[in-house]
Amino acid sequence: MSFDLQSALLLAGLLAAGVWTVMTADLLRSAIGLAVTSAVLTLALFLLGAPLAAVFEISVCAGLITVVFVSTISLTKPWGVEAALSHKQVRLRRFAFLPLLLFAAMLLLRSHAPHLDLVAPPPAHPVQDVREALWIDRRLDLVGQILIILAGVFGVVVLFKTRDAARQEKKP
Amino acid sequence: MPALFILIPLAAVLLVNLPLRRLLTPAAFWLGLLLALAQAAAAVLVPDHAWIAPLGVATRLLRFTPTADLLTRVALLTIGLVGATALMVARAWTADPERRFRFANLALLALAGMNGVALASDLFSLYVFLEVTAVSAFILIAFGGERDALEGTFKYILLSAAASVLILAAVALLFVVAGSVSFGALHDVVPAAGRDPLVAAALVLLLAGLFIKSGIVPFHGWLPDAYSAAPAPASVLLAGIVTKTTGVYILMRAVTAVFTLDATVRALLLAGGTLSVLIGAFAALGQRDMKRMLAYSSISQVGYIILGLGAGSILGVAGALFHFFNHAVFKSLLFVNAAAVEQQAGTRDMDRLGGVAERMPVTGTTSVIGFLSCAGIPPLAGFWSKLVVILALWQAGERGYAAVAVLASLVTIAYFLSMQRRVFFGKLAEGLAGLREANPWLLVPACLLAAVTVGVGVGPWVLDILQLPAGSLP
Repeated sequence: MSFDLQSALLLAGLLAAGVWTVMTADLLRSAIGLAVTSAVLTLALFLLGAPLAAVFEISVCAGLITVVFVSTISLTKPWGVEAALSHKQVRLRRFAFLPLLLFAAMLLLRSHAPHLDLVAPPPAHPVQDVREALWIDRRLDLVGQILIILAGVFGVVVLFKTRDAARQEKKP
Repeated sequence: MPALFILIPLAAVLLVNLPLRRLLTPAAFWLGLLLALAQAAAAVLVPDHAWIAPLGVATRLLRFTPTADLLTRVALLTIGLVGATALMVARAWTADPERRFRFANLALLALAGMNGVALASDLFSLYVFLEVTAVSAFILIAFGGERDALEGTFKYILLSAAASVLILAAVALLFVVAGSVSFGALHDVVPAAGRDPLVAAALVLLLAGLFIKSGIVPFHGWLPDAYSAAPAPASVLLAGIVTKTTGVYILMRAVTAVFTLDATVRALLLAGGTLSVLIGAFAALGQRDMKRMLAYSSISQVGYIILGLGAGSILGVAGALFHFFNHAVFKSLLFVNAAAVEQQAGTRDMDRLGGVAERMPVTGTTSVIGFLSCAGIPPLAGFWSKLVVILALWQAGERGYAAVAVLASLVTIAYFLSMQRRVFFGKLAEGLAGLREANPWLLVPACLLAAVTVGVGVGPWVLDILQLPAGSLP
């Protein structure tokens, strides 16, 4: 298992964005953190030679999921400063072990499986172009992606309508 | 032809959302119902050659070779039947045409997602359609907007996301091993890879992910909350088919098309199945909420399906598939009955009910049929599928597991008798004097599902039909 500097920096960036996403008490910042995490992951996927996965990652996670999250967040009430701080402290105490666990797992993997090869064999018919992969080879998955987007859109509509109905009921 | 099962629901959603809302809002429900019923009919009536020939225009348009064996057809039949039931329950559940319209749209999307899972011929497409179904299901559970429903959705999203990560990691590892994610390529490479640590890791990750999606013990924490908090039509869809397609069906497909049912796989399945059968049944005994009791009962019954797979023989897979279909039918029936009781009596608390059958005779009678089938009483459908599972376990030399399956059936009888006594039999409870039979939109699906349960039970030829899908597996 070999790490070059570029990969190491990207992984560190990914971890930092992920930790920020989980630790921040503001839901909107958390959603933005998730989008940043997806963007860094997309970059890593491009550089590691997986452009198709990168395209899916940027379109679904950084795009659709962020829109759905931001829409949902607009339905919630923000926390007060004290409640947010207390939540952050609880979360820090509860999950502080996770980065250590990750580091320990990495050391264990390096020492016990130094020759572990996680590189896929080259495909029988290599895809030269992302467009070819997306529009020809994986056309069925594209239909699946359209269905997920539609479900997300209906999710937002249902949540907004539910909020509107609740507001109507509260009115005297 | 098979690709139409994905494209038509998608086209229907796009069609009913064209800018002619006044005309199209009521059409969404009828279109959804028609499509679901047509799908169930097509799964039974379309001749074999139309499924096998991958030359249809729609299939060429999507450029994929669908898996269209008889296992797929049983799944499509079940999806159509339960989808139609959920839509009919939605009709009774809300009089608001807008809510009905939104429910019909989401049900159509879930239908397309589940059909995609049933037809997928590679693990990545299967994962994509699994997510389509899951996203639709999240929204369907939260549909009512009540606090409990949102909490149930939240738990389901969290555990479902964890399951997705595990499944995706397994797909990635299998891609590393085989250089492909198609079932055919994996079936050629994975069993031959033997004790390759990557294959072993992929197997564990995939089984853990699918156990979460199926609600198998010890990964069942989300299921009772999601089933009981969801609105009535979403409960029917979720309990009847969604968790079965996204968990149990994929498990069946994976252990037969990708991995072989070797000793390790069987041991894992038998352990998970036994725990679910027992813990689900005993937990159901202690419930007061009718839907929550049915949710624990589902955990137990899915355990039987897993035990059938764990037997590791053609007969075991046939039994698992037969119980997959039967459980979808009788559990949907029991959730329809629960919806009828809740709507008419205003509560699901079994301690506040009693004598309901006196005022709701159709609901009471169909619930007895559902309960007897679930408990494995002859000659109803559930008896035959449980019998096949137990016989398969016995033949495979797993006599201890066969004994557990028989004993757990006694517990099933106990909790269902308790439910019948508390809800349907005896004196009419206080405050229910004005109770009347449920809406026809709840009675029609209840009678239809009860007829299927009785029909499948008394028609011995069904065993042959369900033996064939198992025989067609690679």
